[in-house]
Amino acid sequence: MRRVLSALAIGLVFGVGIVVSGMANPAKVLNFFDVFGTWDPSLALVMASALAVTFLGYKVVLQRPAPVLERTFHLPAKRQLDLPLIGGSALFGIGWGIAGFCPGGAIPALGSGQSSPITFVGAMIVGILLVNGLGALSARRRALA
Amino acid sequence: MITTFTPVEALLGGSLIGIAAVALMAVHGRVAGMTGILTGAILPKGDWDWRVAFLVGAIAAPGVITLLTGVALPLQADLPSWAIILGGLLVGIGVTFGGGCTSGHGVCGIARLSRRSTVATATFMAATLVTVFVIRHVLGGF
Repeated sequence: MRRVLSALAIGLVFGVGIVVSGMANPAKVLNFFDVFGTWDPSLALVMASALAVTFLGYKVVLQRPAPVLERTFHLPAKRQLDLPLIGGSALFGIGWGIAGFCPGGAIPALGSGQSSPITFVGAMIVGILLVNGLGALSARRRALA
Repeated sequence: MITTFTPVEALLGGSLIGIAAVALMAVHGRVAGMTGILTGAILPKGDWDWRVAFLVGAIAAPGVITLLTGVALPLQADLPSWAIILGGLLVGIGVTFGGGCTSGHGVCGIARLSRRSTVATATFMAATLVTVFVIRHVLGGF
């Protein structure tokens, strides 16, 4: 129960940050990338402040033996730069540039009740399921071979 | 569509995103990456409770802000539906292969000085920049 309430509160702070910062507004996001047009530099400050706070906070937190409600810190173990990382990130960027929503912006935007984030998140989930389905399929084929 | 530079909101919102990221690591030992949290909630591997709670909290944000301040979320997306669907599909496919998005790689990963996250972030920011340039200045918009 503590785990759920805590995650709920942290999710709310995250969502409020996203909404206040403008990351949930596609027009603002796309204008940040439109350096040669209607440029709006706001998102540079969003990224910079989020990074600065996280960098400093992680320095303190990751020195502790364990998180408050779990046994261990779950940190990504992968180190190598590979094609899925770079190709996937490029595809993500193209999609972000088309629609103006990233996952962290679109999920809080769902709460606005407007149709565009709902459409976007629906399509995004289809994309996530497609790739995970393909991954499961190829893993099964490898296991059978 | 013109939007105005909002430095105060940007710094305040960005700091809140950072505080949430630090809190999720401090309390739950988890990276605050929306891609990972969402994927683990729709394809659960045993620990979906905190993920769903995080998502519910995030989705509640616009409503809570409106309740407290009376201000509705400014959301300007004057795009055709096919573009939103195409964008969503590409984002879903891309972040799954790439193992993260703006929050996971761009904030939490770079904050850990991860080489993978730094390369991923540079790649998607460059791809977004080029895409917006092509759509707006080569194709003349949708």
